[in-house]
Amino acid sequence: MATLAQTRLTRSRTPVRPRVWSTVWAYPRLTVGIALLALLLVVTLGAPLFVSHGPLEQNLSAVLHLPFGNYLLGTDQLGRDVFSRTLYGGRLALAVAVVSTVIALIIGVALGLLSGYKAGMVDSVVMRVLDGVIVFPDLILALSITYAVGPSFWTVAAAIATVNVPKFARVVRGQVLSLREREFIASARVAGVSTIRILLRHLLPNVVEVIVVQAALTAGTAIFTAASLSFLGLGLPAPQPDWGGMLKDGYAYLGSRPLMSIIPGLMIFAAMLAFNLLGDGLRDRFDPKVIARTARVRAGRREKGATDEQ
Amino acid sequence: MTWYVLKRGGAALIVMFVVSLLTFIVTRVLFPDPAQSILGGQGETVTPEQVAHLRGQLGLDRPLSVQYFHWLGDLLQGNLGRSFRTPIDVSTAIYQRLPVTIELMVLALTVAIILGMLLGIAGALFRGRIIDGVSSTVSVLALSLPNFFVAILLIYVFALKLQVLPSAGWVPLTQDIGQNLKFMLLPAVTLSLAYIGTFARYARALMIGVLSEDYVLRAHASGLSPRSVIVRHAMKNTSIPMVTVVGLNAAGLVGGAVVTESIFSLPGLGTLFTDSILGKDFPMLQGLILVITIGVVVLNLLVDLAYGLLDPRIKVS
Repeated sequence: MATLAQTRLTRSRTPVRPRVWSTVWAYPRLTVGIALLALLLVVTLGAPLFVSHGPLEQNLSAVLHLPFGNYLLGTDQLGRDVFSRTLYGGRLALAVAVVSTVIALIIGVALGLLSGYKAGMVDSVVMRVLDGVIVFPDLILALSITYAVGPSFWTVAAAIATVNVPKFARVVRGQVLSLREREFIASARVAGVSTIRILLRHLLPNVVEVIVVQAALTAGTAIFTAASLSFLGLGLPAPQPDWGGMLKDGYAYLGSRPLMSIIPGLMIFAAMLAFNLLGDGLRDRFDPKVIARTARVRAGRREKGATDEQ
Repeated sequence: MTWYVLKRGGAALIVMFVVSLLTFIVTRVLFPDPAQSILGGQGETVTPEQVAHLRGQLGLDRPLSVQYFHWLGDLLQGNLGRSFRTPIDVSTAIYQRLPVTIELMVLALTVAIILGMLLGIAGALFRGRIIDGVSSTVSVLALSLPNFFVAILLIYVFALKLQVLPSAGWVPLTQDIGQNLKFMLLPAVTLSLAYIGTFARYARALMIGVLSEDYVLRAHASGLSPRSVIVRHAMKNTSIPMVTVVGLNAAGLVGGAVVTESIFSLPGLGTLFTDSILGKDFPMLQGLILVITIGVVVLNLLVDLAYGLLDPRIKVS
C-alpha cells in the first residue's frame, strides 16, 4: 500500500505523460496483441483496397504463377491470386472466430452464472454434462458435428461454439461460487431481488473481466479449430477463400510453390498470436498484483533507484 | 484413500455415461441416415424399399432410445460393432491402430514436458530479466503455432529441401526401432510444439509459487547451495502439479494427433477417424469417439489418483 501511495506522489512530480503511453509501455503483450489484431482487421476488411484481382477470379492461363510480376504472391492451381485470397480468407476466419466465441460466451456464461448461483441439483447436472463435453477433444467433436450436419459457415461456427461452452461456464461458475457468499449478494437476496436480476445486475458485472479474457483466448483457439477443419477438408465449403483450405490446397504444391501454403499458415499463426497476446495482456491488465507491480516499476524507473522489483 | 478413489471413480463413471450419450447424439441423431449413405455410396439407384430393408437389418427403424440402450448393452460387453466400409470389427481396428497414436503422444509429451519445464523454470528463476522475457515470448509463439503449419514447415525443410527425414510413412516399432523413430521424429516435434509453450507457462507459474514458499526459504537459510535448493526442493515440488497439467491437456493432445497423423500418413487412430468421417463409417466413428473420450476420462482419473498419492494433502480436502 505504501508503494502505491508513493507511486501517486512520484507521478505528480514527473512531467505529465499521456496515460495511453504509460499503459502501452506497462502492458507490452496487450499492446502488441491489439496492434496485430488491428492490422489483421485493416488488411482483411480493407482487402479491396490492396488487391488487383478478386479472390474468386480464375485465370487459367496463369496457373501456379510465380510470385511478383502480375501477382504479388503468385497464383494457385486454378490461377487465383494468392495475395487476394489470403486477405479475403481472413474475413471468414475472423468471422467464424467472433461468431463462435459470442455464441459460446452467451450460453456458457448463462450456464456458469446459473450453475454457480443455484448450486445443488442444477449445478450438479449442468456441470456433469459439461464435464462430458469437455473430455471430447475440440477437434473431434467439432469435426463430427460439422460433418454430421453438413459443412457451412453456421455449422462450423456452431460446432466450435459447442466445444467452447464448457470453458466459459467453468470460469464463470468458479467466480460465482465465491461471489455468492459475499454480503452484497446475500443482502440483494434478502431484499427480495429476483434471481434473474441478481444474476445479471449483481453477479455478471463482477465476472466481466474473466469473461473478456476467456473470450480473447477462445477466439484464438476458434481460429485454430476452424482452420484445422478446413485443412482436413471438412470446414468451410469452397470456393470462398479460407486460410485452412488454402493451406490444404497449397500443401500439394509444397515443393514447387511453398508460398501457397506458407502465407496462409503465417496468417493463421498471426491471428492466433494476436488473440493469445490480447488474452494474456487483458489478464495482466485486470490482475491487481500486476497493476501494483507495474506501478512500482514505473515509480522505480522514474526515481532511478530501481532495484529488482521481485 | 479408499473414499478418495471411490469419489473420483464415481465421478468418472458419470462422465463416461454422459460421454456415451453425447457420442450417440452426435453420431446417430445429428448424422444423416447411415442406411441412405451406405446404399447411396454404391452408385446404383436406390429404392425406398431397399433403404427400409437395410434400416430394418441395422436396427435403425427402432426408437432412438431403444437403439441407445441396445448400443450401450453391446458396449458393456465390449462389442463395438462392425465397420461399414471394411469387413473388420471396430474394436479390432482400434486395437491395431492404438499403438501408433500412443507412441506419437508419448514421444510428443516427453519432448514437451522436458523442454517446456526447462523453459518455464528458466523464466521463473530469472523472473523479470531478459531470460524471462525470452522464455515468455517463446512460449506464446509456440502455443500460437498451428500444428498443421508446423508440420508443413518441417516437411518443407527436412523432407523436401534437406531430404534427411521422410514426410510420410511408418514402420512398426517392433520391426525396426531406428526406422520407426525416423518416421516418428517430425510428427512428434509437430505435436509437441504447442505443448512446450503451454507447459512452460504452467511450469513458470508453479515454480514462482514454490520459490516463495517457506520451505524454500528455510532451505536457503540452512545454508544449502542455491543449486541444490532449486534442484532438490523447488523443482521437485514443481514437478508434482505438472502431472495434472498433463491430464488437463490430454484431450487437446488427441485432437492434435488426429491432424498430425493425417499429415504424416501415420496409421493411427487419427487417420482412422478422418477416414471414417469421409467414408461415412458410423459404427467405426462411434467406437472411435467413445474409445478416445473414455481414454481421456480414464487418463484424468489416473492423474487424479496419482496426484492423491504424490500429494497427501489432496485426499483430505
